[in-house]
Amino acid sequence: MKFGTISHWKQQLSSGAISPVELVQELASKIEALNPSLNAYISWDKEAALVAAASADISKPLGGIPIAIKDNICVKGQPARCSSRMLEDFVAPYNASSINNLHKNGAITFGNTNMDEFAMGSHGENSAFGATLNPNNPLHVPGGSSSGSAAAVAAGIAIAALGSDTGGSIRQPASHCGIVGIKPTYGRISRYGLVAFASSLDQIGPLSQNVQDAALMLNCLCGYDPKDSTSSKRETPDFSAEIGQSIAGIKIGVPKEYLSSGNDPAVSAALAGSIKALEELGAQIVEISLPRAEAVVSTYYIIACAEASSNLSRFDGIRYGHRTAGNTSLDNLYSRSRSEGFGAEVKRRIILGTYVLSSGFYDAYYTRAQKVRALVAQDFNNAFAQVDYIIGPSSPTAAPRLKDESLSPLQTYLADIYTIPANLAGLPAISIPYPQQSGLPIGIQLQAPHFAETGLLRVASALELALS
Amino acid sequence: MPDNQIDVTYIAKLAKLELSDEEIARFSQDLNQILAHVEQLNEWDVEGIAPMSHPLPDMDALRADNCSSGLSNDEAMANAPACAEGQIRVPKVVESAHS
Repeated sequence: MKFGTISHWKQQLSSGAISPVELVQELASKIEALNPSLNAYISWDKEAALVAAASADISKPLGGIPIAIKDNICVKGQPARCSSRMLEDFVAPYNASSINNLHKNGAITFGNTNMDEFAMGSHGENSAFGATLNPNNPLHVPGGSSSGSAAAVAAGIAIAALGSDTGGSIRQPASHCGIVGIKPTYGRISRYGLVAFASSLDQIGPLSQNVQDAALMLNCLCGYDPKDSTSSKRETPDFSAEIGQSIAGIKIGVPKEYLSSGNDPAVSAALAGSIKALEELGAQIVEISLPRAEAVVSTYYIIACAEASSNLSRFDGIRYGHRTAGNTSLDNLYSRSRSEGFGAEVKRRIILGTYVLSSGFYDAYYTRAQKVRALVAQDFNNAFAQVDYIIGPSSPTAAPRLKDESLSPLQTYLADIYTIPANLAGLPAISIPYPQQSGLPIGIQLQAPHFAETGLLRVASALELALS
Repeated sequence: MPDNQIDVTYIAKLAKLELSDEEIARFSQDLNQILAHVEQLNEWDVEGIAPMSHPLPDMDALRADNCSSGLSNDEAMANAPACAEGQIRVPKVVESAHS
């Protein structure tokens, strides 16, 4: 079902078995055949990709490799709609720094992937362009918010893709679709040109078919950018340097709070199987505790919605984005344009965020959440004094069914319990698939201290190999 | 934490959103459920804890203050919903003195 990894196509390109133009054509014909039933892409500009392919330098690290881009990352001259009516006609006037980095390394950006509107959602259903379906079972959601990026890679209509992760939006759809997704340390990849959702949490990252490809992409994406004041000046290491090395003696923590009875049996089995595989590889498994594990969802939704209500105030119908029709006062123009442009989940989160920041409630909700966030980060500092990495599920369940109206927004939010902590604490975290005999994919998550991606990828790769 | 029920109509006004009666009813129900859940944050003792607004300790937000070129006027206005004479057109905001 998959299309071949970056490593595979690099080898095919360098041997001359296929040209970059032929690769784009082959991928485009797969997209044309399969996308109508999946809705993973909103649009794809084949002509622009063919022009880029004709001059691609295949000697570069991603030379001639097409990469799919989430619809909230700006590629000059292409739409960046955030899957919203608000930005339906928006054409990016510049490249995001992550896109410049891909281009500098020879990649061809190809296709806008569907997503939950403004990256708000866990099911890929909150899109103004329709839901994306899970390629493993079209009756189920692909996860979200990087729904199209994950579904495209899993369905073999993308080699790899960019996503963004504010509370799990790369790792959770990767888990539900059976692929690899990594959120690097906060500050590793510039967010310049990523449409902001919650700026103290947002991070860009790759979705790929294996850990090796994730490392290759990180090598090309990371690095300091003066255009993002939160971007880190730390040197970018070779993220693939430790792949293939032994993990004997490495200490891996299992938080007792992650062994919850709320996990699906298949998730518990996958976690147990992964722990066993790591032990067989010589890793030392240590039970640890993250006492604030239950508090993360409340903390996250207060902080993320507060930041979103502020970030999304820029959509006022004046400079760009949807403007309501007809003559009206300026004040009505703002509120009508916003009400017509935003979907239900975006409005719900703006209301919640505005409420927790409003006079009389600010300290009780927002300041308190920021303090609990500090405690959550402290829990991880304590844990990483004992162990090198932390293992757990990526999600308590496999992918839910499409249009499951029995799930309230709160129930949907609670399923983010395992992915949110890495965003609150700014940690790198990766989801890799645990092979299933039958049924829907299940992902296993590994978390690491700040800037420890190289070792994280080493452990993830060793586990991936042991499970395969 | 306050046990007030969220006044969605008032908050929507602050957020510059016009909501239908159906949206107000639905959001009131959803958000009151979420706020009831969030009460659990009161269980944690946060006395003396500094609020955390940023996850990384080593951020340096300052850079050299150099001039560089950005988008041209045309590029910056290409996505504007209404333009005239090189400017973005907006509804009248100042009433004339004698009206």
